[in-house]
Amino acid sequence: MTVDSVTIALVGSGGAGAMTAGQMLLDAAANVGWYGLMSRSTGPQIRGGEAAALVRLSPTPVHGPGDRFDIIIAFDWQNVERFAAELPLSDKSVIITDPSQGEVPAVLAASGARQMELPIKELAGRIPGGRVNMVGLGAVAATIGLPRAGIDAVIQKALGKKGDAAVQASNAGIDAGAKEAAGWNLGLELAAPNKNGATRWNISGNEAAGLGALKGGVKFCAAYPITPATEILEWLAPNLAKTGGKLVQAEDELASIAMCLGASFSGVPSITATAGPGLSLMTECIGLGVASETPVVIVDVQRGGPSTGIPTKSEQSDLNIAVYGLHGDAPHLVVGPTSIGDCLFTTQWAVHLAEALQTVAIVLSDQAMGQSRAVIDKPEDAPYTAKRLLATDLGGEGKYLRYANTESGISPVAIPGMPGGEHTADGLEHAENALPSSQASDHQKQLDKRLRKLTSYDYGDAWADIEGEGEIAVVTWGSATGPSREAVRRLEAAGTKVRLVAIRLISPVQPAKLAAALDGVTKVLVVEQTHGAQFHKFLRGHYDLPGAVSVFSRPGPLPIRAREVHETLLSLI
Amino acid sequence: MDTHLSDDAVAPVPGDYKSDVKPIWCPGCGDYSVLAGITRAMANMGLKREDTVVVSGIGCSSRIPAYTSVYGYHTVHGRSLAVASGVKLARPELNVLIFGGDGDGFSIGGNHFLHACRRNVDMTYIVMDNQVYGMTKGQASPTTEADWCESKLTPEGPGVNPIQPVALALACGANFVARGFSNDPNQVARLIVEGVKHPGFSVIHILSPCVTFRPEQRGWKSTVHPYGREPTDDPNEAMRAVLEDDGFGLGIFLAGNRRPFQPESTATRSIAQIEEGFAV
Repeated sequence: MTVDSVTIALVGSGGAGAMTAGQMLLDAAANVGWYGLMSRSTGPQIRGGEAAALVRLSPTPVHGPGDRFDIIIAFDWQNVERFAAELPLSDKSVIITDPSQGEVPAVLAASGARQMELPIKELAGRIPGGRVNMVGLGAVAATIGLPRAGIDAVIQKALGKKGDAAVQASNAGIDAGAKEAAGWNLGLELAAPNKNGATRWNISGNEAAGLGALKGGVKFCAAYPITPATEILEWLAPNLAKTGGKLVQAEDELASIAMCLGASFSGVPSITATAGPGLSLMTECIGLGVASETPVVIVDVQRGGPSTGIPTKSEQSDLNIAVYGLHGDAPHLVVGPTSIGDCLFTTQWAVHLAEALQTVAIVLSDQAMGQSRAVIDKPEDAPYTAKRLLATDLGGEGKYLRYANTESGISPVAIPGMPGGEHTADGLEHAENALPSSQASDHQKQLDKRLRKLTSYDYGDAWADIEGEGEIAVVTWGSATGPSREAVRRLEAAGTKVRLVAIRLISPVQPAKLAAALDGVTKVLVVEQTHGAQFHKFLRGHYDLPGAVSVFSRPGPLPIRAREVHETLLSLI
Repeated sequence: MDTHLSDDAVAPVPGDYKSDVKPIWCPGCGDYSVLAGITRAMANMGLKREDTVVVSGIGCSSRIPAYTSVYGYHTVHGRSLAVASGVKLARPELNVLIFGGDGDGFSIGGNHFLHACRRNVDMTYIVMDNQVYGMTKGQASPTTEADWCESKLTPEGPGVNPIQPVALALACGANFVARGFSNDPNQVARLIVEGVKHPGFSVIHILSPCVTFRPEQRGWKSTVHPYGREPTDDPNEAMRAVLEDDGFGLGIFLAGNRRPFQPESTATRSIAQIEEGFAV
């Protein structure tokens, strides 16, 4: 008897090595052919404090967190109350606990979960250089049936440089944990991996967004650190340099977006990454990008808000500011990746669109995608790169019209270095020749042009992920897609057909395409992670949703789980 | 910076760098003469128009880009230095100059000024100081005297001490710092040429009277005086001397030796090679 998904929490205060063990568990599982997802639960403290590595493994792709934890292993119980709500358990769960760390906290024990005692600290103490996290990793590996070869490769890779003693100490720890757990027979062995021969990647959403930027052709990034977006910038720093691009650390987000606009004005595709507070600071310059038609991409890795909010936890509540945050009529692009792997495609696409349409693209990722790591099939290459429509016929001195009122709305651009194309790009309203103008006709013409270039563009099929059929449809976006997809598949497996529409292109809206995707639908469930049902209201403002519309919307910090969407759907049937 | 000289057979003249656009400024505004100084400096250096980018924020003096015939970017209030840094860092071969006023540069853009000075990107900042917000009709700026009572916004005077732009620039690490006066566009042009040619971030503080809201500034022509010292490359010496200056000394305070900030990068890896790092 095996299970087809196992969800594990490795819990410990800082220094216990829970995150390292979780990372090694994911890597080892990937080595043997399982798919996986690892998210982190950490508090705001820089070092120490409570931390948990949350790992889900399966022979099939993992879309989101499990409904409950099958296994919790605790190296200690310090501060676990602070995030106990993130550790849903049932009486089928197993708590692996070290008796030397005291009793299992009541908040967890109340679940009725089975408790397995493992003298983790004592076992580690018997090994020269032994560490508790390796003992725990061994016990978990034995419980889920993770082949030893997968772990060996990870240890060799992680510790090989530190020498034989370190490798031996880790191996001894793993062996000790595995030996204790060997006789437990908990019924949590994971079904055999399905190595389909395809290349798999082990990647985080933030890394994927950085890679998408590179593949889109970005050559400049101005960076200001902010949780949970910093990893995009830290990944881009060396990798832009290796590919002939540049990253510079700015003094604040006002400067990072401004620097990107400057680089882009000079013809170099540019990106920055931030979170809600930074996006708030950037909004004036985003408007400048829209008005001056200077392309730039901003990845907003959303976190709990408002204000400083909950920096280390996920939410989708920057939707409103991303779409509506600019003053004036300022149409621009807003896109949202629908999975960790899709952070690559969507960011790459955003670079392509921003450059092609000479506007600003905001990519709405979030902490749940950005800071989680997944084992996925290698994403397919997409044909999207940065390609700005350059002015070729500059028409002689003083004749070039930077903001020419073309049919497509896209005006050929001259960039510095092109003789005859000299002009002053302007955030002031302007005439076609770029000179400032407050005339009604110029304002109307340029507003029309900046809107038309977005609305008349053919975005193709990438505007949404559309799956399944049936008269019930889930309409969702961003990281709410994963649990929604899993819920839909569960219903399908039980014989109920449900459609899934995950909208990638948030703005500009695509009413005809959504109407076609929802043709024949009688019930719609909107799924999102906000307190104010921002996505639902956005849909209501721009789309005619068919039939009866229900909403599943709640704020972070707890991730949306497939069970919640599944139960909501069942209540609609 | 390494200037990109025009290869035209005929030597360029200031008019080559002027656009046909009529400035919005009041008659008698000091900025007319600064604009004249700028175009003279560009002609003097023979800058290639297509390789020259001028960036500005918001305010009377920030209107200058449209009055030139080079590439320009008229951005938002206070961010010109950050935008210009992006231009120069991304395209180091371009000549980059920034124009703006005291409010744009030292109030809303103060943090960027601090960091532009310490970052020392090779570009030249021409800041026209008239100690007033002119475009919004006469409010106190960060360089206005504490007891200036002519603004409806602060009828008792701003009540806070003005900052000293030259001292601030030195304190923040600017590599070249000079002061000019709009009444002498030839001198303004000379200072700009020196600033552009000097590697790193150059700050040219130009006293440029607002005849509308600060008519008493017409009297500056009898207040200004030569700074009276040879330029030094020692920031400590420059700072000591500037602290004794009355704010009206004209000349070059510092021509320093700090290395400009300009990250270089060469492609050594393909994206496919980078992707291999994610493979299980």
